[in-house]
Amino acid sequence: MENHTLKIDSIGCGLVIDHISAGNAMKIYRYLHLDDLECAVAIIRNVKSKKHGIKDIIKVENTIDIDLNVLGYLDPNSTINVIKDGVITNKLKLRLPPTIKNVVYCKNPRCITSIEQEIDHIFELTDETTHSYRCIYCEQEAAVEPQ
Amino acid sequence: MRHLITTKDLSANYIDCLIDSAKEILRYPRAVANDCDGKILAALFYESSTRTRLSFETAMLRLGGKVIGFESAASSSATKGESVADTIRIVSSYADIAVIRHPKEGAALIASMYSSVPVINAGDGGHQHPTQTLTDLLTISKVKGRLCNLTIGFCGDLKFGRTVHSLLEACLKYSGNKYILVSPDELKIPEYIREDLRAEGVEFTETNSLSKNIADMDILYMTRVQRERFFNEEDYVRLKDAYILNKQKLAKAKPDLAVLHPLPRVNEIATEIDKDPRALYFKQAEYGAYVRMALIKDLFREED
Repeated sequence: MENHTLKIDSIGCGLVIDHISAGNAMKIYRYLHLDDLECAVAIIRNVKSKKHGIKDIIKVENTIDIDLNVLGYLDPNSTINVIKDGVITNKLKLRLPPTIKNVVYCKNPRCITSIEQEIDHIFELTDETTHSYRCIYCEQEAAVEPQ
Repeated sequence: MRHLITTKDLSANYIDCLIDSAKEILRYPRAVANDCDGKILAALFYESSTRTRLSFETAMLRLGGKVIGFESAASSSATKGESVADTIRIVSSYADIAVIRHPKEGAALIASMYSSVPVINAGDGGHQHPTQTLTDLLTISKVKGRLCNLTIGFCGDLKFGRTVHSLLEACLKYSGNKYILVSPDELKIPEYIREDLRAEGVEFTETNSLSKNIADMDILYMTRVQRERFFNEEDYVRLKDAYILNKQKLAKAKPDLAVLHPLPRVNEIATEIDKDPRALYFKQAEYGAYVRMALIKDLFREED
């Protein structure tokens, strides 16, 4: 049987979002709006990992500002490596943010956010163990779905 | 600046102070007759109300202040599509304190974010009604002499019953209370309240039967199944008569049970028990004005 190796070039300058839970890369790609970037972006799914079994990786060939709160909310176990001149210059660990703003939107039709325009949709972390976030207005639990 | 949006905003110590203040006002109402001279309260009622609106107006008038406002969304610029945020921005330049009732959950919180004066939540959809809770707690304190070590039954619409949510969260601040939550499966307490009960580690039971549990209760908090909270009329009709407290059921209760109800009632408490000394809901409604006087006075205390 032929042994194929997927080769993705290492980046000279940019970001590597590593240790993404397998299956989460596309969600992170959408929520971070990486589709708006004009630079090269690689999504690598189901990579073998000693720690996690399998994981996803996203490589971005540019140093961009990532909303750490969004990433922390979507996948707090992922890490960010900042690459300059081909070497890692900074490693960022993530945590669950205490609040998230305009990342997810309240789905409760009884919530004031359903009629009031131009207000921020804010969710607060209410349970770290279950990663539960609730709308600050109506206390509805957040659901991570593409908007 | 302080606001009152949910009972989570209140510490047990602060609740105790307000209740003491309300009791003092009950004894000597004339002593506070000029405490709000020159102040204006804006009553913004996007949803109909009898007791809450009139008791707020009574409270402000008895404190020597004046009241402006509207009684329904139809008589406000909400009909033209004005947002709560824009309305409160303007109203807070006219008044010294604002009271808001709105059918949407979180409306009072939005108002507090855009207001330059204290905002009091007088009911936001099926979410919270903290001043009703102060009324309830004043009643319980007057009757039982304590707010702790009580077995408190809640019966009826526990899902959309904002008075239930507020009172439950306030009672969690007092030790030794147990809870019996009686409702149809469709109208059980929201998950966020259940999470709070679990987080506090209190004893609570969820059940469908009032008759089987009434004997254990020190307090029975009855609620109406609210037609206005249902999107579907059929669901309302199916659930509206789920629990009716009558003489037969009350016969199984303790002789010193306190039956409370935020009112209005429809048929969930039979009128035949109105004269029973355990029926305290009319007294409870009367106390509402006094505890709101205590609250308004206190919110102005910090402003001055």
